[in-house]
Amino acid sequence: MSGNATSGIVMPEPNADVIARRAEIVAAMRAIVPGEGVIDAVNEMRPFETDGLTAYKQLPLAVVLPSTTEQVSRILAYCHRNGIRVVPRGAGTGLSGGALPLADAILLGMGKFNRILDIDFDNRTVTAQPGVTNLGITTAVAHAGFYYAPDPSSQIACTIGGNVAENSGGVHCLKYGLTTNNVMGVELVLITGEVMRIGGKHLDSGGLDLLGILVGSEGLLGVVTEVTVRILKKPETARAVLVGFPSSEAAGECVARIIGAGIIPGGMEMMDRLAIHAAEAFVKVGYPLDVEALLIVELDGPEAEVHHLIERVAQIASELGCITLRASNSEEERAAFWAGRKAAFPAVGRISPDYLCMDGTIPRKALPLVLARMEELARQHGLQCANVFHAGDGNLHPLILYDASKPGELEAAERFGADILLLCVEVGGVLTGEHGVGIEKRDLMPSMFDETDLAHQQRLKCAFDPDSLLNPGKVFPQLHRCAELGRMHVSRGQLPFPNIPRF
Amino acid sequence: MQTHFSLAQLADPHIADAEQVLRACVHCGFCTATCPTYVLLGDELDSPRGRIYLIKDMLENDRPATPEVVKHIDRCLSCLSCMTTCPSGVHYMHLIDTARAHVETTYERPRMDRLMRALLAAVLPHRGRFRLALAGAALARPFAGLFDGVPALRPLAAMLRLAPSRPKLPSATEGVGRFLAEGPRRARVALLDGCAQPALRPEIDEATIRLLTRIGVEVVRPAGAGCCGSLTHHMGKEELALANARANVDAWWRAMEDEGLDAILVNTSGCGTTIKDYGHMLRLEPAYAEKAARVSALAKDISEFLVERELPAPVIPAGLRVAYHAACSLQHGQKVRTAPKELLAKAGFTVLEPAEGHLCCGSAGTYNILQPEIATRLRARKVANIERTDPQVIATGNIGCMTQIGSGTAIPAVHTVELLDWATGGPQPAGLHLPAAAA
Repeated sequence: MSGNATSGIVMPEPNADVIARRAEIVAAMRAIVPGEGVIDAVNEMRPFETDGLTAYKQLPLAVVLPSTTEQVSRILAYCHRNGIRVVPRGAGTGLSGGALPLADAILLGMGKFNRILDIDFDNRTVTAQPGVTNLGITTAVAHAGFYYAPDPSSQIACTIGGNVAENSGGVHCLKYGLTTNNVMGVELVLITGEVMRIGGKHLDSGGLDLLGILVGSEGLLGVVTEVTVRILKKPETARAVLVGFPSSEAAGECVARIIGAGIIPGGMEMMDRLAIHAAEAFVKVGYPLDVEALLIVELDGPEAEVHHLIERVAQIASELGCITLRASNSEEERAAFWAGRKAAFPAVGRISPDYLCMDGTIPRKALPLVLARMEELARQHGLQCANVFHAGDGNLHPLILYDASKPGELEAAERFGADILLLCVEVGGVLTGEHGVGIEKRDLMPSMFDETDLAHQQRLKCAFDPDSLLNPGKVFPQLHRCAELGRMHVSRGQLPFPNIPRF
Repeated sequence: MQTHFSLAQLADPHIADAEQVLRACVHCGFCTATCPTYVLLGDELDSPRGRIYLIKDMLENDRPATPEVVKHIDRCLSCLSCMTTCPSGVHYMHLIDTARAHVETTYERPRMDRLMRALLAAVLPHRGRFRLALAGAALARPFAGLFDGVPALRPLAAMLRLAPSRPKLPSATEGVGRFLAEGPRRARVALLDGCAQPALRPEIDEATIRLLTRIGVEVVRPAGAGCCGSLTHHMGKEELALANARANVDAWWRAMEDEGLDAILVNTSGCGTTIKDYGHMLRLEPAYAEKAARVSALAKDISEFLVERELPAPVIPAGLRVAYHAACSLQHGQKVRTAPKELLAKAGFTVLEPAEGHLCCGSAGTYNILQPEIATRLRARKVANIERTDPQVIATGNIGCMTQIGSGTAIPAVHTVELLDWATGGPQPAGLHLPAAAA
C-alpha cells in the first residue's frame, strides 16, 4: 500500500527532483529544528498521512514540527529558495482534507505552538499561539466570566490556527459570527520567510482588509504563528430548549418561524433520528428517541428576556405539533444538551465504521425541500445519511455512512456527497459553511464559480505565493501558474487548452 | 477507520479484538486534546490518535516493533484520559495492552532498559522484596545524583527519589485475615491485599478496615490473593500478569463459594482498573473466563462502595480544605468521578477541584521510574494546579499518585479513605499536621 489518495481526486504531480533531494532537505530541516521536531522515518510519518477526512491518504516528504516563529520563518525561506512545497497542519481535525500531505511537500505541524501569550481583559482580547485549542482559549478566560464565541463541534481539539485557516463556525455563530468576525489580528509568515503582523487588538485596522483575506484562506497564503481574538463576557443567562418533532419538515418550519419572529437564538441546531440515537448512546442525557428531528435552541441574555423568549419559542413549537419540549434548568443541564450535539460526528462512529461529513449551506427556507431531496438521494445511492446541522444559519452537515472496507462504498459516498452539495448550490446556497473547500469540495468549485471568478481568486493567491508552494492542490480545481494567469485571456469562461492539467 | 487485516491474522483473537477497536476510531482527533503527553510535547506521535495509527500500521503489517514505535508506546501513561474524551467509544486500553504485549515479544530492548524492567517486574509485585528494596533505597538515596549523568541509569535515580526516606514496618492488617464487623454484619467483602501499597503506606489499609468494620462490613483477605498484576501487565509481561490474575480469581472465588462476597474492594485505583478488566484479560481461558468475569463484576473501588452506604456523622470540625486529586485510573479507567468528592463533602471537608483535573500526575504505575523526564514535568504541572487552590491536604485514591505528588510538594497527600476514617472516629492521618485550631 503506497497510501496514495484513493478514488478520483487528482493531486499535483510530485516533483521528482525534490523527492530525489529528500536526504539533503531533511538535513536542512534538522539544522533549523533540532531534536525530535523532524520526522522522516516512514512508520513515524504514517500517522500524519491523513487528517479528519480519512478517505484520502498520502505520506509527506517529511514532517517538521517547529516551535518558534523564527524556525517557521527559516523553514519557509528555505522551501521558497529551493522550490519545496509546504502543507501546514494544525490539530489535523479538518473535515475537508486541507492538511492532506503531498509526496514532495514538507508537512508543517503547528502542534508545538500551544501557549497562550497574552490575556487582556481591558481590551477583551486573548493572544494565542496557533496550536492552542479553540476551547483552550475559553478555558483560559472562563474564571473571569469570559469566553471565545465561535465554537466548532471539534472545539476540544481543533486549534485556533486551523480555525483561522478554515474560517470555522460553530453553534454560536448565528448570533456571534464566524472566526472572521472574532479575529482581531495575526502574525503571519509568508512563503519568503518574511514575518508580518496584520491587525492588532482592535477592530477594523486601516488600509485594505488583509485580515478578511487571510481568514479562511486554507493555508494557501501564509502560515499563521500568532492569533489575537476577541473574547466576550458570558451572557447573564443562557438556557437551551430541546424540541422534538415527528417530522424533519416541521422542525425546519419551526426554525424558519423562530427567525421570522425576530428572535436570534445564541444557537439553533437540528439533528435527525440517526444522529440523535448515536449522540444519545454517547452522552446519555435523555434526548428523546421517539422523534424524527430534534432542535436545540439556546437563548441567552438578561434573565427576563431569556424567560420571555423561551415562552415564545415554546409557543411556536407547540403550534407546529412538537412532541417534546424541555428547557434546561441548570448550567449542567444546558451543557449536557449540547454535549450530545458537539460529539454527534464522532458518535456516529458507533454506528458506522466510516463516514463522510459534508458541509453545505442553503437558504433557510429551502430546508424542508433539501431534507426531502436528501432522503431520495440516500435511497438512490444506497447509503444511510445522518443529519446534523446549524439550522439557524442554514449550514448543513449531512454525515454519509459507509464502510471503506466494502469495495465501491467510498466512491458511492463521494458521489452522494457531491450530489448533496450540488443540490445546495441549486437551491441558491453554497458549497461550504465552515469546513473549508480543501480537496473535498475542490472539484465542485466550478459548479459555483465560473472561470473568471476562480481566476480572480487565484490572482490573490499569486500575490502572496507566486510559485504556488503553499498547500497546492487544495481549494482550486486547477491552480494555474501565476505567470500564465497574468496574461491569460479568459473568454466566455473558456480556458485556452482546457485539457492541459494546471496546478 | 478502515483496516487491512488478512483472515489469517484475524484468526488470532488478540488481533481480532484489536481490529474491532481500530474500526471504531473515526480519526476525529478529539483525544489529542486531553492526552497529557500531547499537551506537553505537541507531537501527534505522542497522542492517542498517533499511537493508534502506529499500532494499526504495526499490527496490520505483522511487523516487529521498531525503536521509534516503542518510544511512543512507552511514552503512553495508560491514563486513559482519551477514553473519557472519545465520542466513538474506542477501547484504547485494550489496544495499547495488545501493543505492549506485541512489543514485549517482538522487540529487544537495550540492555539497561531490559534489566531495569526485569528488576521492576521481579521486585515491585512482591511485598517482601519490595520492602527490602525500599530499605536499600533509603540508604542509597543520597547517591541518586550520581545516576542522573548516565541516561540509561536515570530510572534508578528516579526510583531512589520516590522511595520514602524511612521504610514502614509491616502492619497488623497485612496478609491473610478476617476482620469482623462491629455490631450486626451488613455486608461481607474481600479487600485486595496489594503489593506496593502496604509497604509504602500501611495506614491506608488500616483506615479502610477500621472504617468498613465500623459500618458493619466484614472484611476478608483470603489466602492466595496478592498483586493484581497491573504493573507487569503495563510492561507487556503478559504471562506474569495473567498468573497474578488467575491467583486472585482463585482466591476470591473460594471466598465467594465459602460465605459469599458482596463486593471485592480495592483501595488502589490503579489495581481496581486492572481487576475490573480480568474478565477481558482471561476471556480466552475456558477455565477462568466465567469466574474472571464474575470477579470483575464484583470489583469496586472503595469510594463506589462507601457512597452507597450511610457513614456515621463526622466527629471532627468541618471545613478542612481538601484538594481532591482524581487518579486517572479512577476517573478515566473506572469512570468513578463523583463518589470520592461526595463522600468528602458529606464528611464535612471543603472539597477543592484543581484545574486540569483530567491530566495525569505522571505516576502511572512504573512510568515515573521509566520515563522520569515526562513524569517530572507532569508532576510540576499537577502540583502547581493543586497549590493554586491553597489546600491544607490533598486527597486521592491511588498510592502511586500520593507518592508522585507527595514528592513534589510540602502539602501532605493522603488517601481519601484515611480522611473519611478520621472524620468518622479514626485517628488523624499520619503526616497531616494542622494548626491546633483546625485539628
